[in-house]
Amino acid sequence: MHVTINGAPHDVPDGTTVAQAVQRLTAQTTGVAVAVNDEVVTRGTWATTALADRDRIEILTAVQGG
Amino acid sequence: MDELIIAGEKFASRLIMGTGGAPSLEVLDQALVASGTELTTVAMRRLDPGARGSVLDVLRSRQIKVLPNTAGCFTAGEAVLTARMAREALGTNWVKLEVINDERTLLPDPIETFDAAERLVADGFVVLPYIGDDPALARRLEQAGCAAVMPLGAPIGSGLGIRNPHNIELIVEAASVPVILDAGIGTASDAALAMELGCDAVLLATAVTRAQRPDLMASAMRAAVQAGRLARQAGRIPRRRYAEASSPTTP
Repeated sequence: MHVTINGAPHDVPDGTTVAQAVQRLTAQTTGVAVAVNDEVVTRGTWATTALADRDRIEILTAVQGG
Repeated sequence: MDELIIAGEKFASRLIMGTGGAPSLEVLDQALVASGTELTTVAMRRLDPGARGSVLDVLRSRQIKVLPNTAGCFTAGEAVLTARMAREALGTNWVKLEVINDERTLLPDPIETFDAAERLVADGFVVLPYIGDDPALARRLEQAGCAAVMPLGAPIGSGLGIRNPHNIELIVEAASVPVILDAGIGTASDAALAMELGCDAVLLATAVTRAQRPDLMASAMRAAVQAGRLARQAGRIPRRRYAEASSPTTP
């Protein structure tokens, strides 16, 4: 299925979880937050939350600014 | 100096730092140490897998409380989502709420900011909104449950100082939550003036991070905030049109 991770298209197998999507970008789990289709997915449920076709995943962290 | 208290939390420093504009994390680290700050704001952005080092590591190693902001948001919806992601990522329910109206001035949008503030307060956040120097809006945000108000001195990064000291005084007079002068500070005298006007704290970034010697300017800001606070507490003399002799005029 096709999903978007931080604006970039990705082809992922059916049943891919949020945790697996995060691992495509980073091994880091602290200091990171994930939203799927503009809803926050709490860290404790990353491994059990499956993605659906056309999901938009945003993975954010803190940077200098503001 | 007397402590700054925001939402029941105490800070020995009345200088809140931003992190934007520093040429490197090392320079930022030195500036933060020199500033004496205990509360520093960071932005939230898409994770860059190639990034080296993190501003969070700097803050953690210096035991500075992190204040996530919603810089880059143009709508209440974006700001609420960003605040929620910051809460998840950083484990804090504090947020510097910043909703910008346009790229050219970076002035805060009062309608979107108020909308987001109401939603975030209802969601249990400690909300510190960045606003124009508008006494009416400051009061409405306090009534809406914000933990502080953060009026600008001048546009972000402009270094123009405090363009409307009268409005800042009006905000201070009416507020029972801390007033934090945010944005526009160019040099130490601007920070001192903010405190002399009665602000409870100053938030600045560019004035330090883009100074020729950031650590030295950070020291200057630290001293200026302290001097301004002391002067405010001491009570300045009234301005007079003509001289008043300070020594006896009769021999």
